[in-house]
Amino acid sequence: MAILEVSGLKVYFHTRNGVVKAVDDVSFSVDSGETLAIVGESGSGKSVTCYSLLDLLPKPPAKIEGGTALFNGKDLLTCTPAEMRHHRCNDIAVIFQDPMTSLNPFLTIGEQLIEPLIYHPDKNKIQTRADAKIVAVSLLDEVGIIDPDTRFDCYPHEFSGGMRQRVMIAMALITEPKLLICDEPTTALDVTIQAQILELIKKLQDTRNVAVIFISHDLGVVAGIADKVLVMCNGTVREAGNTDSIFYDTQNDYTKKLLSAIPDGPKILPNRAKVGDPLIEVTELKTYFKNQLNKSKAEDTRFIKAVDGISLTIARGEILGLVGESGSGKSTLGRSILQLAPTTEGSVKFAGETLTGLTPNQLVPWRRKMQMIFQDPYASLNPRMTVFETLSEPLLYHGLANKNNIAAQVRQLMDDVGLAQSQLRKYPHEFSGGQRQRIAIGRAIATKPEFIIADEPVSALDVTIQAQILDLILELVERHNLTMMFISHDLSVVRYISDRVVVMNKGVIIEQGDTEALWGSPQQAYTKDLLAAIPRADPKSERIRINSR
Amino acid sequence: MSTLSTDSVVLPEDQGSSLWQDAWIKLSKNRLALFGLGVLVFLIIVSLLTPLIAPYGYEEQNLDMGATAPSLQHWLGTDIFGRDMLTRIMYGGRVSLMVGFIATAVALVIGILWGAIAGFYGGRLDAVMMRIVDVLYALPFMIFIILLMVVFGRNILLLFLAIGAVEWLTMARIVRSQVMSLRNQEFVEAAHSLGLSQWTIIRRHLIPNTLGPVIVYTTLTIPSVMLLEAFLSFLGLGIQPPESSWGLLINYGVETMEEFPWLLIFPGIALSLTLFALNFLGDGLRDALDPRTSKD
Repeated sequence: MAILEVSGLKVYFHTRNGVVKAVDDVSFSVDSGETLAIVGESGSGKSVTCYSLLDLLPKPPAKIEGGTALFNGKDLLTCTPAEMRHHRCNDIAVIFQDPMTSLNPFLTIGEQLIEPLIYHPDKNKIQTRADAKIVAVSLLDEVGIIDPDTRFDCYPHEFSGGMRQRVMIAMALITEPKLLICDEPTTALDVTIQAQILELIKKLQDTRNVAVIFISHDLGVVAGIADKVLVMCNGTVREAGNTDSIFYDTQNDYTKKLLSAIPDGPKILPNRAKVGDPLIEVTELKTYFKNQLNKSKAEDTRFIKAVDGISLTIARGEILGLVGESGSGKSTLGRSILQLAPTTEGSVKFAGETLTGLTPNQLVPWRRKMQMIFQDPYASLNPRMTVFETLSEPLLYHGLANKNNIAAQVRQLMDDVGLAQSQLRKYPHEFSGGQRQRIAIGRAIATKPEFIIADEPVSALDVTIQAQILDLILELVERHNLTMMFISHDLSVVRYISDRVVVMNKGVIIEQGDTEALWGSPQQAYTKDLLAAIPRADPKSERIRINSR
Repeated sequence: MSTLSTDSVVLPEDQGSSLWQDAWIKLSKNRLALFGLGVLVFLIIVSLLTPLIAPYGYEEQNLDMGATAPSLQHWLGTDIFGRDMLTRIMYGGRVSLMVGFIATAVALVIGILWGAIAGFYGGRLDAVMMRIVDVLYALPFMIFIILLMVVFGRNILLLFLAIGAVEWLTMARIVRSQVMSLRNQEFVEAAHSLGLSQWTIIRRHLIPNTLGPVIVYTTLTIPSVMLLEAFLSFLGLGIQPPESSWGLLINYGVETMEEFPWLLIFPGIALSLTLFALNFLGDGLRDALDPRTSKD
């Protein structure tokens, strides 16, 4: 018998604007030792489904309208708060998406780990602090924390993102749950760390025989670890079945759309780079930041060397992909090229003119010619300016339009980026993430720049939206003769969009070359590791990859 | 109003709407805020017209009628010198509202600019500017005001400026902390990369986004400066009888509360009414200036 059997689950949100059917008649089951992946885009109801099982939804507005969720034969949806607490403590654990915010920064990780053991609601299960620590330390060891005895007393900020997610996994497992819910546990992590965490979850599941529900927006991520897949859209199940049949014998159109949206394979459009006509020349560029934490006088540690002697050229018309893990300095390099971050040494030339060393006023005419698209479409737009104001500001400021023809130009921009003109008066919060990114792109191309740096422009977006935005970027590059530097940690995306790739780590260039040549035969070990860690939407090869490590 | 709704088709002359236009539309749909605005406008008009419409002169004494209860002749009664309370409250309102608005306006302007500049530039400039604020905080402000009075003589305008010059310190700190958290956001960086001047960035992108806390603090500042004025006047540093202000009237009213309660109640009502109106208006403004609150 399945350990969890959900049937006909309905969760509605009663909002001022009417009823939203977040989850509408969803059924599934999970067995011990089995992994069920729930896949869908944001707003599909995949998280709501799982949170409703644990009574973690805000009520109101949420209301469970029907269905049952039998956990070992007992209905989770109708149990009392005390019973629910019992389940949360003993049976079901959750790993959340963002390891940065899901740990309390004021408590050591050890304290947070042993909390469920020493404050257990069942009086006879309460352990002493010393006993709990032994359990916790051995678990930290198991999830791959080196030197768990000393790390036990460290605070969350002393861990990297990947390490924090390991701590979160240990926290989830410490009560020896029978069901583990992972809500996008790897979305905020780098691709190599993601591979390690997926591997860890798989390994722990095998040794402990727990049932796992793995929520993700990315079919590629779940291909290797899921036994069964549930594809959700707008609160309803679009397709359900075992992993191989979902991937190799796709029935539903929506699932097909999701699968086809995963960037895969080389760039289709021709390389438009004009070799021998460099637009951007970077020579021995160094950007150091003062190290605030380390006050020692030692020359080596006084600065954080975000960019440490980088030279590269970008030819006119080229799309250069810049790849690296978080902390590699790729964003700082982008900002340094645009003179948004103060450079320490070296030079940046734009069309033969040196930009480094110019005053802000001298830079103004250059600013018009180089623009940036930012990662987070929620933070990159001023929340108190309408779309019209956002798009008209650069035009008016640089004198490219006047009061009389500004409206026409802004509407042209809206057309360019595929937004309806009737939305001009709206504020950013009224748009979805993809639409906001379109606005941000519109702002970047408003001044008719020659060079654009796109800093992770699609990493905050759903996979289908991501595909649309990538195509929009490619189309605009083509139409406006743009040169672009495309920064991303997602290698599949970079391969799909760029002509040439630069791999960066710890402030220096590891390797560079034409995209397909680099993919075919990476020279450096670091590049090989990066490429090997890319998840593919192909369960058979993924399983081999995970098991072989 | 329907032609102004956000879903309307873009008209040729319609250049999009600005935050302030939208805020006004939203405010005009908020009944409580409109009520607050109405009360304030009414009080201001009454204050402006007081010399024309007041039933008596503000120093007109009638010792035969000392401290009489409200009657048809004196609607709100008289004080112990037989002066008409309605007249005195009307004249007092002139002073109190002026103190409230002018001193707060001074605090707003200095505080926002100081805080925004310190927060935006950071580093050494920020350190110097904020140390100045700290030093001014540490100065006992009574001494500060007494010194001003001694040097420049007792002058009502000077009193406004002096109070404003004390109240801006907190405003500067609030704005600075807001700006510091905003300046690293991507939309500010986007503005930098567009080549906007630093002043444009501060004015268009930073200050409007600090308005929420600023408005809340402003609605708290106005009543506090009114009470501060009463306190100073009580000490003999502000305005002196026979002139009056609400704070002063309340102070005297408290002394005779048990025998002549109307001397406390009516100026108290006038002050409370103003504070209520300000709070309603402030809440409404805060919501109206935040596009994220629902449109209706």
